[in-house]
Amino acid sequence: MSIAITTQIICFTVLSLVILIGALGVVLLESIVYSAFLLGGVFMSVAGLYLLLNASFVAAAQVLVYVGAVNVLIIFAIMLVNKKEDLKPINDIKSRRIISTSICLTLLSLLIRVDLTNIWSLSSPQNSIGEESTIRIGEHLFSDYLLPFEVASVLLLMAMIGAIVLARRDVMSKDISTGLPVDQELIEKSSEPLLTNKN
Amino acid sequence: MMSLESIPIQAFLIVSSALFCIGIWGLLNSRNAVRVLMSIELMLNAVNINLMAFSSYVDNNLIQGQVFTIFVITVAAAEAAVGLAILLSLYRNRVTVDMESFNLLKW
Repeated sequence: MSIAITTQIICFTVLSLVILIGALGVVLLESIVYSAFLLGGVFMSVAGLYLLLNASFVAAAQVLVYVGAVNVLIIFAIMLVNKKEDLKPINDIKSRRIISTSICLTLLSLLIRVDLTNIWSLSSPQNSIGEESTIRIGEHLFSDYLLPFEVASVLLLMAMIGAIVLARRDVMSKDISTGLPVDQELIEKSSEPLLTNKN
Repeated sequence: MMSLESIPIQAFLIVSSALFCIGIWGLLNSRNAVRVLMSIELMLNAVNINLMAFSSYVDNNLIQGQVFTIFVITVAAAEAAVGLAILLSLYRNRVTVDMESFNLLKW
């Protein structure tokens, strides 16, 4: 890393602030659309942190996969299910909030204590391969991590087929209840939900 | 003030811890199912930051942590696709995304 240390610290501070404030916005904002776009900002800042850590390939993968695929998928899902609805009030929401917040704060203090008190055995920076990391990742993927690499391809195939099967809308030539042929142009019409009144 | 050679690893670890806890809070407290999926993505990103920091500071010659991060990104993409498909199928049957109304597995 040839950037001066002051520049690194400034970049790190700005990126960390964007990550933490953006993540708080993701979980706290009222509008789910704002949350989705803030999530994209958080992903981009995490990619910036990877660049600070000398990992340009993983940063590019982060931008491509998270911002380009996952975030777009989430925004599409929001468009498909975005309906104004009045949530049913829950009686013990307050105690639930208090308990979960205290659990999260306890976990956070525990983790930060471990981060600060443990003595990490850091390696010397002379060994650093720096910008050759892309070559090294390729060597890993095709030698000692070959089996996980192939399993990951099978996993992606399974996820693709599973998502198609779960999300497709059954197109029928005949209406089940009336027996009449279905008007295929109106296939997106609202259908009777199956389980709405089963509470 | 002492002069630093590089950013201490603790800074990265603290950021990732805070991000992980925010993700858990969102997972426990959000009522919109899409927001639950976003919280899971935040937690996965916290794990990735951790792996990358250790790979760069502890194992900066073999960088196995970066390979693990690539695999985690792969699994996260698959998880997001299947999760959103399940969410759409639930929405089609229940016409809501409120987490409190998904009680099909209650006995």
